[in-house]
Amino acid sequence: MEKEDLIDEIRKRFAAEIESDGESLGDQVLVVRREGLRAVMSGLKGRPFDYAVLLDLTCVDFLESESRFEMVYHLFSLSRNRRLRIKASLPGANPVVDSLVGLWKNADWLEREVFDMFGVAFAGHPDLRRILMYEGFEGHPLCKSYPWRKEQPRIPLRD
Amino acid sequence: MESRIQRQARPDSMLINMGPSHPAMHGTFRIMLELDGEKILNAETEIGYLHRGFEKTCENKTYFNLLPYTDRLNYVSPQINNLGYAMTMEKLLGVRVPERAQMIRVLMSELSRVSDHLTCLAAMAMENGAFTVFLYMMKAREFLWDVIEFTTGSRMTTSYIRIGGVRADLPAGWRDPVKTAVEETRRVLKDVHGLLDKNPIFLGRTRGVGAMSGDDALAYGWTGPCLRSTGVLYDVRKAHPYLLYDRLDFEVPLGDCGDNYDRYKVRMLEMEQSLRLIEQVAALLPDAAPLDPAGGIEPAEAVRRGRLSRPAEKVRLSPNLEGSEKERYPGILTGDAPVVVPPKEETYTTMEGLISHFLFFMDGYGIRPPKGDVYFSVEGGNGEVGFYIVSDGTGRPYRLHLRAPCFHIVAALETLIRGRLLADVIPTFGSMNMIGGELDR
Amino acid sequence: MSGFDFLTTRLETALGWGRKFSLFHYPFITACCGMEYMSAACAHFDIDRFGAGLTRFSPRQADLLLVVGTISHKLSPVLKTVYEQMLEPKWVIAFGACTVSGGIYRNYAVVQGIDKIIPVDIYIPGCPPRPEMVLDGLLKLQEKIQNEPQDWRWKRKT
Repeated sequence: MEKEDLIDEIRKRFAAEIESDGESLGDQVLVVRREGLRAVMSGLKGRPFDYAVLLDLTCVDFLESESRFEMVYHLFSLSRNRRLRIKASLPGANPVVDSLVGLWKNADWLEREVFDMFGVAFAGHPDLRRILMYEGFEGHPLCKSYPWRKEQPRIPLRD
Repeated sequence: MESRIQRQARPDSMLINMGPSHPAMHGTFRIMLELDGEKILNAETEIGYLHRGFEKTCENKTYFNLLPYTDRLNYVSPQINNLGYAMTMEKLLGVRVPERAQMIRVLMSELSRVSDHLTCLAAMAMENGAFTVFLYMMKAREFLWDVIEFTTGSRMTTSYIRIGGVRADLPAGWRDPVKTAVEETRRVLKDVHGLLDKNPIFLGRTRGVGAMSGDDALAYGWTGPCLRSTGVLYDVRKAHPYLLYDRLDFEVPLGDCGDNYDRYKVRMLEMEQSLRLIEQVAALLPDAAPLDPAGGIEPAEAVRRGRLSRPAEKVRLSPNLEGSEKERYPGILTGDAPVVVPPKEETYTTMEGLISHFLFFMDGYGIRPPKGDVYFSVEGGNGEVGFYIVSDGTGRPYRLHLRAPCFHIVAALETLIRGRLLADVIPTFGSMNMIGGELDR
Repeated sequence: MSGFDFLTTRLETALGWGRKFSLFHYPFITACCGMEYMSAACAHFDIDRFGAGLTRFSPRQADLLLVVGTISHKLSPVLKTVYEQMLEPKWVIAFGACTVSGGIYRNYAVVQGIDKIIPVDIYIPGCPPRPEMVLDGLLKLQEKIQNEPQDWRWKRKT
């Protein structure tokens, strides 16, 4: 399927969930509503789009905006050699989004990392706990509200 | 707090911890195993022991200043990380890099890739008992690092590939070290092929162990040599060619069944392809026109004369800045936008040069890309190294995220070792090439 | 009694000589400096020439703790436990800028120098240090071992 046909097909199929789509410096970007995220993702994984690989899953903290967190997903279709970026905004008060663990296996660790660094909860994740930081660490380091140099030592330090 | 494996453990099995500091753990990595004798019933891995706050640090540094942090991500192939970051920024800024710089970048990338694979296989072989292979491969790596040192000044973490090009040109007489490095590496690879390829002990420990199917590997997001060992052809250099890879001739080796032996074999063959690429690029690269060694005035003299008027003579720079003279700049750094450090001759002798030098480094000025976000990836030693940068128009990145290839590969370790014997953990983990700096960021 | 002092001085010199030339090191490797450690330990820049070539992979069998690479707060209790598991006499080398002072990392996750956790004898700066610097640091440690008072009566060193 040609690139334009692919985008048209995506727009037609998920018209209800897509808020906007466009291009950013040559990358195809799709902005979806967070309620429809799982439907869009499972649709994109199957035929005819065939986005079999979840390349990356991350989050950006826009502190000043009302929809504070923005989830960013990068999908890759090996058969079509095409990448796609999907974004979904979450409110700051209760950042919850559907987990993609059933669709791609690496979503497990990627979502744990986002939970650890930002505090975003993933509904349906089998084992949501910290992965990079340790038990007893308070706060979510990559949030803009966490101070950069605030250390929380695990054992009492000398000197 | 009990860990998941403790909660799920059967009452009569043994819980053993291959702790963060362990000889076979490349860096720091913790595997908790539930054993019945030697058989692994359940496994749980824990990462994060080398989390150094890379992404948070990048939000607080300027675009130019955070380049050394990218070196320390995948620290066995640091130039590839530099390259990924620089090319992502160039995509965001929309600058074009000169041809000569692209060729030098390919040379550095392939040297890094060979040293990455050498280190991975050396460590894997040592843990399986083949200590000689470790010593041979480290010897070959020294020759490669010699080339890197002559060009960049540092053996490992170089910060050589910069936004807009490379930091300095290749030194005069660079062909001989490259030729020596390629020859020595080929000799070592031939020896290692003879030592390990048909070795019954090595085959017994790696054949059929840690096998992964192509579909599973894609579901886990594997890329790089580990994915190619399962038979799936995906190499960023072929799929989304960057630099000169669409013009160079190289093959991408594939494996059959995705077990440890295939991962070893794919890496060995890839090293040979990388050496071919190095030779091709070395043949393509013309020697830079030699600079006049005798001419030129000393920097102090140039500064003194520059107070009155721009000196007409050439300025002889200090040896530390060798290779980055003003005449070399068009070949190695872009002139598209003010995203590179101005040449030192300008800085020392002219007012405009001094001002642009200061403005480049000052916080709030310097490299200020337009607002937006960008994702770009290069083929690293482990797979697709991707950078996702969100820019808000200021001199510091708003968000910088690294797509670490070994994060996805190591996520599959628990499933690969479940049901196998304790001794299978070592070659499986070794062949995955886990690099702590990349895994934990 | 001067005769006794003469004997103990000779004994201390002999013990120092023996201890410095048979260092069993435990490489606590975490990060990039590990690559330079591998270079220093292998054929090109050999540390075996100085008697320190035998790597012991258990702290109970080692007397030199070579802390190589960044130590994060998550790893700090592990480092302290490993140090406490070693037997006297023991020495610690802080290898690389991250162990000396936190290196280029000063944020929520990195310990600003391992001397905040364990006592350190030799600091080897560099990011990463060249293998020649590692050998220089090792030689300085050997000098230190030779010149320090040896506790040959197996009493606990404070």
